[in-house]
Amino acid sequence: MNVDFIIPALLTIITASTPLVFAAIGEIVVEKSGVLNLGIEGMMIVGAIGAFAVAVTTGDPTLAILAGALSGMALAFIFGFLTLFLLSNQVATGLALTLFGIGFSALLGQNFVGKVFSGLPKLNIPGLSDLPGIGPLIFGQDVLVYLSVASAVLVTWFLSRTRWGLALRAVGENHNAAHSIGFSVTMIRLAAVLFGGAMAGLGGAYLSLAHTPLWVENMTAGRGWIALALVVFASWRPWRAFFGAYLFGGITIIQLHAQGFGVDVPSQILSMLPYLATIIVLVLISRDDTRARLNAPACLGRSFHASG
Amino acid sequence: MKRFGKLTSLTVAALATATMAMSGGAQAQSDPLKVGFVYVGPVGDHGWTYEHNQGRLALEKEFGDKVKTTFVEKVPEGADAQRVINQLAASGHKLIFTTSFGYMNPTVRVAKKHPDVAFEHATGFKRDKNVATYSARFYEGRHVAGLIAGKMTKTNVIGYVASFPIPEVIRGINAVAIAARSVNPDVKIKVVWVSSWFDPGREADAAKTMIDQGVDIIMQHTDSPAPIQVAESRGVWAVGQASNMSAFGSKAHLTAIIDNWAPYYVARTKAVLDGTWKSGDTWGGFKSGMVQMAPYNSAIPADVVALAEKARKGIIDGSVHPFAGPIKDQSGKIVVAAGEVAPDGMLLGMDFYVEGVDGKIPK
Repeated sequence: MNVDFIIPALLTIITASTPLVFAAIGEIVVEKSGVLNLGIEGMMIVGAIGAFAVAVTTGDPTLAILAGALSGMALAFIFGFLTLFLLSNQVATGLALTLFGIGFSALLGQNFVGKVFSGLPKLNIPGLSDLPGIGPLIFGQDVLVYLSVASAVLVTWFLSRTRWGLALRAVGENHNAAHSIGFSVTMIRLAAVLFGGAMAGLGGAYLSLAHTPLWVENMTAGRGWIALALVVFASWRPWRAFFGAYLFGGITIIQLHAQGFGVDVPSQILSMLPYLATIIVLVLISRDDTRARLNAPACLGRSFHASG
Repeated sequence: MKRFGKLTSLTVAALATATMAMSGGAQAQSDPLKVGFVYVGPVGDHGWTYEHNQGRLALEKEFGDKVKTTFVEKVPEGADAQRVINQLAASGHKLIFTTSFGYMNPTVRVAKKHPDVAFEHATGFKRDKNVATYSARFYEGRHVAGLIAGKMTKTNVIGYVASFPIPEVIRGINAVAIAARSVNPDVKIKVVWVSSWFDPGREADAAKTMIDQGVDIIMQHTDSPAPIQVAESRGVWAVGQASNMSAFGSKAHLTAIIDNWAPYYVARTKAVLDGTWKSGDTWGGFKSGMVQMAPYNSAIPADVVALAEKARKGIIDGSVHPFAGPIKDQSGKIVVAAGEVAPDGMLLGMDFYVEGVDGKIPK
């Protein structure tokens, strides 16, 4: 077996993992503020069509990425308005958002099926990008991949090192206490929900602009739900979510490679592996009850009203 | 996820029925024949479902206001399908096409409850008084594609993005292997199963994986054009599935195996209108026009095109059979003797790889 396939395999793993990184890190911020948004899948798919539609119409990748983020954000605003201002049930609203997003994206996408976009341009630094092995891996990615890494760094820094990050966490841990010391619980949560929507939108945009530069209905194929599981898997830590996404993407790609090499394991088991790994880790971390609780925001999923 | 799919499908069915009820009122005494279609994918998949929908549109064109068609797309296979099919039967559809293998049992069950409705199930093998089956001999197309692939490959490895290990898919893989090796004995087929008919991301990943492993021709038995696009960006060849996919990779697209359901759908609808519809099994190929080849890529040398066309014409006149012996399985055992051809029964139940295919069939 030669090792020439390793670098290309790593490149494929990056493309398989990046959408999950965006969506999971966005959802961590949302959940840290005490809101449970189950509509990631819906926001991702709307982000995918929003980005693709703008990419095809204008041909401008930057506008397309912005459109992806804004589309996800627009859907998140509906969720935020319903749950934060009208105090609707977060679980039900989130599920409805996914259903709505899938249907709505199909409607928007009718005229974009079969259209072609050339894909996002890749970074090309003469000298560096051509280095054997690590060149294409480190210096030859598209802007969204770098953005996904940056988002893990920035969100970690924001949550743990900034005043507003502390406020956001306070709102998620005890919204009554945060309210009584003068934070606007609703506005902070709305900001978090919008950020989560933009990140899910970017995840979707990555799918329709870079991973498979095309639009087909339902193209997110359940990735939003995996991102949701990754948040728990990561016990609400951005870096763990980042590695979780790469673990998931990695196992997905490795099982395809194993099949290609004719490894004699039933392919159904190999297809199951990424999900199985996620469940096992979930079981392992939730065995330690106190630790799991330490990280889960105490007010997760609970509505807040100033009079309450 | 499954439940959501069903909800959406049911809503679509209900809406479609409602629309029909409204527009149907304008028609005079002779009520149009209501024809229902159940699709596994979106009509915009540019593959399997797209071609079935083309068949439906051909019906409307052919019969005008004598028929009214309804379709329900993205219906999950299995129990959910039964409700959708039942809904169509209960809302006055007298001819219902269920267009995926996994609808077989639901179709047969619903048909028992609606003896006055004619059912047509694609690619299945269970029939009843009012359930006919139909399928296309796609392997004839795969034979032609396999010949081209065998001639065009430089690395002698052909990659195959496969969905589920059912006879239909295995038959296609074997047809390619036999054809490609008949013109280039060094060819091997690498198969990667993605356990889905339609997941563009996974299909693309599978194609990338195989290209990384040295494959220079991508074939697929999944429904999205994503593998073609990957082939185009990596500079390798690809063969489209179910419809002409050259829009997704004009340089990579060698040809495609096109399903053409229109003639069959028109004939069966006419039979219902005339009152001559009978259950039965139809397995059409190049000869009946059910299977066609997309235009050949201009980069294919003339002698290879000639070879492909000769095989296609040979299949039509019966002088060429894609499963003509001697055929050996992976262990080297002769399964079809020289001078014989594989009987349809063997083709329909095919559960082994022929020589030249790598790996094992997942059990």
